Amino acid sequence: MGNILECHNLTKKYGSKVALDNISLSINSGKITGLLGPNGSGKTTLIKIASGILSASEGEVMAGGNRIGVESKKIVSYLPERPYFSPGMKVSETIKFFKDFYSDFSEDAAAEMLKSLEIKMDARIRTLSKGNREKVQLVLVMSRKAKLYLLDEPMGGVDPAARDFILKTILMNYNEEAGVIISTHLISDVEKVLDDVIFIRNGKMILHESVDQIRSEKGKSVDALFREVFAC
Amino acid sequence: MEWKFNNDTPIYQQIMEQIKAMIATGRLKAGDKLPSVRELAVEAGVNPNTMQKAMSELEREGLLCSRRTSGRFVAKNPEKANSLQEELMIECIKEFIESMKKLGYSAGDSINLVEKYWDADI
Repeated sequence: MGNILECHNLTKKYGSKVALDNISLSINSGKITGLLGPNGSGKTTLIKIASGILSASEGEVMAGGNRIGVESKKIVSYLPERPYFSPGMKVSETIKFFKDFYSDFSEDAAAEMLKSLEIKMDARIRTLSKGNREKVQLVLVMSRKAKLYLLDEPMGGVDPAARDFILKTILMNYNEEAGVIISTHLISDVEKVLDDVIFIRNGKMILHESVDQIRSEKGKSVDALFREVFAC
Repeated sequence: MEWKFNNDTPIYQQIMEQIKAMIATGRLKAGDKLPSVRELAVEAGVNPNTMQKAMSELEREGLLCSRRTSGRFVAKNPEKANSLQEELMIECIKEFIESMKKLGYSAGDSINLVEKYWDADI
């Protein structure tokens, strides 16, 4: 196990607004980490910086030992908040797209998962329900043999059954050599699958702890602790 | 297997307790082979490292044993199974006594009530 993601004094400003404030953290491979915080706390900004979509204002970010850039993107698989495929594309075309883009993509793995979901290859994205669109996107992202998976709100806006499928997919694709970061505010749903949690508020990291530690030391769930810390 | 988790204690401890209950009640028998950690993790919807930790702890306590090539089994350890049953029984009794005390019943009354309702359909 090594550090798959490291941030050193990471700061991100949008104009005068500070979105991330001097964050230092490291994430081990083999761990599933929850990135938890209220809306606007900086979760998406952090994930976008780690995936190379945004650049840091200050500080250093390394994924798999490389600074964020071409090399890091080869090993980082990123699930955005919203699916990005054009509504006119067929499911089979999105697969071809991923195959072209990523050498670590397994077409077989994707096909198998889509089959278990009964999503047809020739269906157009526009004909799929919102839940199924998100599932297709997740299947593609998880079908890469990446070293770091960055999942931004993978369960936003889908029903509880779809949430279970999403969590199951993440668990089935788990491997010791990869790290997974899940940003969410649906804590009670994801708590059982997490090793560690990071709490983030107003761009500052206020806690980075294992779920076991929180439960045994505080005698309460991460969900309860979150409600306490972020009570307004 | 069915899994249920509460919010107060670490998940790996809850997994251990549930496996122990299955052994104590005979739902898991000595020599039974357990599914892989990954399969169990997916089934229970928990982190694979958590499941691994529970399995290792149960091995350390002598309830499970693993053979490198063939997987993980319930240990052939009848005394251990008996003491597990006793452990669970004591937990139950403890809870029962606490509840009855809260309701204001004495030991004698409680015993009579248990006898009265033992075979009744309530």
